[in-house]
Amino acid sequence: MVVVADVFKALADPTRRTILDELTERTGQTLFELCGRLTTRHGLASSRQAISQHLDVLEAAGLVETRREGRYKFHYLDTGPLEEITVRWLDRPGTPQTGTPQTGDSHTGTTHDIGAAGE
Amino acid sequence: MRINMTSVFVDDQEKAHRFYTDVLGFRTKHDVDMGGGARWLTVVSPENPGGTELLLEPAGHPAVKPYRDALIADGIPLAQFAVDDVHAEYERLTALGVEFTQAPIEMGPVTTAVLDDTCGNLIQIATEAPAPA
Repeated sequence: MVVVADVFKALADPTRRTILDELTERTGQTLFELCGRLTTRHGLASSRQAISQHLDVLEAAGLVETRREGRYKFHYLDTGPLEEITVRWLDRPGTPQTGTPQTGDSHTGTTHDIGAAGE
Repeated sequence: MRINMTSVFVDDQEKAHRFYTDVLGFRTKHDVDMGGGARWLTVVSPENPGGTELLLEPAGHPAVKPYRDALIADGIPLAQFAVDDVHAEYERLTALGVEFTQAPIEMGPVTTAVLDDTCGNLIQIATEAPAPA
C-alpha cells in the first residue's frame, strides 16, 4: 500500500527526481547504469550505496519497481502513484477536459490555476 | 612496469574459450594443460597479438561466487574492452544471441554497453569519442 505522503517525500529530493528522469528515458536499468548516468550526465558523484538508498525510498513510494531477472536486478519506473495524484486532484468534474467551467462565474480562475499547478 | 596480463574467472574454461574466440573474436595465445582439468588459457586481440593477454581462470575458489554474484546483481562489469563502434558491436553480438544488461548509451566522453559473457561475468565494451578538433 503506497501512502501519498511517501510519494511526495520521495519526489522532494533532486537526486531522486533525476533518477526518475533517467528511468523515463530508459526503464529497466541496473544500479551500475543508473550510477553511470548520474555521474556522467548530471555530475552527481554519489556513492553506489547512496544511490541504492535513494532507490529504496523510491521503491517504498511505489515509484520504482526492482525486478530480479536471472542474476541481475533491474529498476523500472512505475508512474502508478503519480496517476493516483492526478485522479485525486486534477481529474475531477469542472476541470477543462470534462466540463464548461467558466460559464457564468467569472471570478473562478480555478481551471487556469490547475493548469499552472505543474509549474 | 607494464600490464601484460589481466584475468577473469570463468565457470567453464571450454565454454569461455569458445565465447571469447568464436563470439567476441579474440585469438588463443596460450593453452597449456595444468593437470587436474585446469588449463593456462589466455587470449589476445587479433588487432594487437603482442598486447595484453586475458587469462580465463577457473572459478573454483569458494570466494569467487559470492563476489561475482553481488557485483553481477548490480550490473557491475569485471572487465572492459575497447571497440571502434559500440553500436555496431551491440548489433553484431545481439544477432549472435549475446545478452546485454545495458544497451549502448553515451556516458560523457565514452559510449558504453554491458554484456554477459555466459561464464559468470559482465563485460563492458566502450568507444571513446574522438577528441574535439
